[in-house]
Amino acid sequence: MEKIENMEKHALMAGHRACAGCGEALGARLAIDAIGENVIIANNTGCLEVFGTKWPESAWTVPWIHSLFENAAAVASGIEAGLKVMGKGEGIQVVAQGGDGSTADIGFGAMSGMLERGHDILYLCFDNEAYMNTGIQRSGLTPFDARTSTSPPGKESWGNDTMKKDLPAIVAAHGAYVSVASAGYPYDLQAKVKRAMKVKGPKYIQVHVPCPLGWGFASNLTLEMGRLAVQSGLYPLYDIENGQIVRVKAVPKRVPVEAYLKPQTRYAHLFKSPAGAEQLKRIQAIADANAAKFGLGPVEVAESA
Amino acid sequence: MRKVVEGSAAVSEAVKLCRVQVISAYPITPQTHIVQNLSQMVANGELKAEYIRVESEHSAASAALGASAVGARAYTASSSQGILLMAEVLFNIAGLRLPVVMTCANRAVSAPINIWNDQQDSYSVRDAGWIQLHAEDNQEAVDLHLQAYRIAEHTRVELPVMVCMDGFVLTHSYEPVDLPDQATVDEFLPAWKATRILDPKNPKTFGMYSEEGYSETRYAIEKAMLNAKDVIEGVSAEFEHSFGRHSGGLLRGYRMDDAEIVLMATGSIIGLLKSVADDMRAKGKKVGVLKLVSFRPFPGEELAKALKGIKKVAVFEKAVSLGAPAILASELRSALYAAKNRPEISSFVVGLGGKDISEQTIHRAVEMASAGYVAQHYMELDEEFLRDLAAAR
Amino acid sequence: MKVTVGLYGEPGASKVNKTGGWRSNRPIFKHERCTGCKSCVTVCPDAVVYAVDKKVFETDLDYCKGCGICAQECPVGDIIMVPEAQQHA
Repeated sequence: MEKIENMEKHALMAGHRACAGCGEALGARLAIDAIGENVIIANNTGCLEVFGTKWPESAWTVPWIHSLFENAAAVASGIEAGLKVMGKGEGIQVVAQGGDGSTADIGFGAMSGMLERGHDILYLCFDNEAYMNTGIQRSGLTPFDARTSTSPPGKESWGNDTMKKDLPAIVAAHGAYVSVASAGYPYDLQAKVKRAMKVKGPKYIQVHVPCPLGWGFASNLTLEMGRLAVQSGLYPLYDIENGQIVRVKAVPKRVPVEAYLKPQTRYAHLFKSPAGAEQLKRIQAIADANAAKFGLGPVEVAESA
Repeated sequence: MRKVVEGSAAVSEAVKLCRVQVISAYPITPQTHIVQNLSQMVANGELKAEYIRVESEHSAASAALGASAVGARAYTASSSQGILLMAEVLFNIAGLRLPVVMTCANRAVSAPINIWNDQQDSYSVRDAGWIQLHAEDNQEAVDLHLQAYRIAEHTRVELPVMVCMDGFVLTHSYEPVDLPDQATVDEFLPAWKATRILDPKNPKTFGMYSEEGYSETRYAIEKAMLNAKDVIEGVSAEFEHSFGRHSGGLLRGYRMDDAEIVLMATGSIIGLLKSVADDMRAKGKKVGVLKLVSFRPFPGEELAKALKGIKKVAVFEKAVSLGAPAILASELRSALYAAKNRPEISSFVVGLGGKDISEQTIHRAVEMASAGYVAQHYMELDEEFLRDLAAAR
Repeated sequence: MKVTVGLYGEPGASKVNKTGGWRSNRPIFKHERCTGCKSCVTVCPDAVVYAVDKKVFETDLDYCKGCGICAQECPVGDIIMVPEAQQHA
């Protein structure tokens, strides 16, 4: 019997064209698997959309629609309304999903509208911190000092000069249920999806999905990078329920940000000079501020063996 | 039932009679009355529909797309800037072959900003793959909405339909209109039985990335547009049978039989052209009027047939294609290019931004076209204003 | 060729695309220390690690891209990566 038949059925099956080690492919499969078969997905343009749907080779085994770059939230709103009026929506979770670019930037308005109208839709934002599909361009969720192809470091620049847009807080301000998860913690991600599913109304899960090609690390380190992001304090994991931050993933001992940044070539320019070291201090300050806000532990530099 | 109602109210009644299931609404003058009326109907429980108060026209079209993709009858309305903002969604809906119907309350586009009627908005999205039908008056506006879902959902078509009605001129004017009863509409327009839907019981992937088959899929839309020509005619004929009056179809001639010159246009200006034609006929000039209802699909063959033997055509349009000759005239000239003994086709741009079109304007244009070929002429521009603009820095 | 109006796609049709040809390295499942935790199954971005038995897992080499995540994440180090040309441990 063909091996693929031996395998469990997943929402996203093999044969897709994601890069080897793609955090987004992993994150998306884990998230939708946690929902089950009774789902309808509207997907924005991006890696997640492109790598699984080169006609006719669809990797999706659940009902799925791609319309445009910025409108999954609006398409999902129409899907939810259509199911409701026809009395067919019982037990079906409508999902709108996209990358950080389509969620934080071009699709921001559509997502905001969907959230404030109170649709029972789960919005999944797969955050690989740049417009990866078009070649690693800077988005509103690109972190401070990261190299992207539109925010390259040079004589006049240290890379991206803005802070990550605090999308979870903005979404929470709409009154929606929010969760921040990571492909580096797959079981936590699935638990968060299952918990969100119990919420009736708009819910948002932001999933940090490391990108080997875009961030510049070996393809086997995807989960390791996800864990380091959390352990450094740069990507805290938490939920926001009724406007309150709850269930913060404990980080009793933080690693210094260098442990997370050094293995990624998108930060290589920070490790070449004393001026770069000054930039690292600024990034450490971001992590420290997160630690204060979310109650994470102090930095502990690991002793060499 | 015959009532004197505002055009928007007549249209919203028609949309209600179509039993639309999902309405996405975003305000823009001059369509807003339509969606406001619909919201009151939903609030009163007269119309069992989901009403989505979207945050932009781009989302209005997108929500209609999503609803249609699960098999619900979807509706939205827009004008001007809204049509342009949703332009990419319009192409997307047609490409996905979803039978959404929308009203375009024709209005001028910015800049300069102007809320009054012209047809630049719907003409500007003519390439999107939507069927575009133009109403002459509020009765035809009502009737075209009732026909639109039949056309869109027809298995030989499966394309979205845009019903165009002149903003303010029709939407805000009060005319006597016959509003049919629900039972007759239900018989004429049964519920939509969608065959390709998003359904967990039968999952499919919509909107895939395609290299292989892209051209062929686009060509298939062209074929559907050609099919739409006889579907439009067929639905109009059925409509006449069910409701007792002619409405819609591809085009309609008025006093054309022995016409020396035919006046052609889309939309409410037809009423004015007919009035001028009657005047001129009374004075011995043989003038006819050709109303084009279906702008897309553009019924080139049918127009050639209707204009066979006609020596001169004067095309009036409320739109431009800046940097090139006017659109309707160009498309007519192109459609008749290969015809033997084709008429001389003169082009007149009128009424941009709601500029008043008087009977005198039409008379003058007819004189000009009768005297000789007019490649293109913008009627009634204020000469002093033009001089000032030319000198402006 | 199955074509629909609007060019819709069939679920899971991607299985004809055998991405195994992408590999530079391949995972070897040693079957020595496996505890049956199923981490390897969970973490594969391509969902191609599968259970042969409770404590025996394999990858489908027709699709495995050789990313190495399964080997990296195996808590008992029972999966190693070798160059593709080598094929064995």
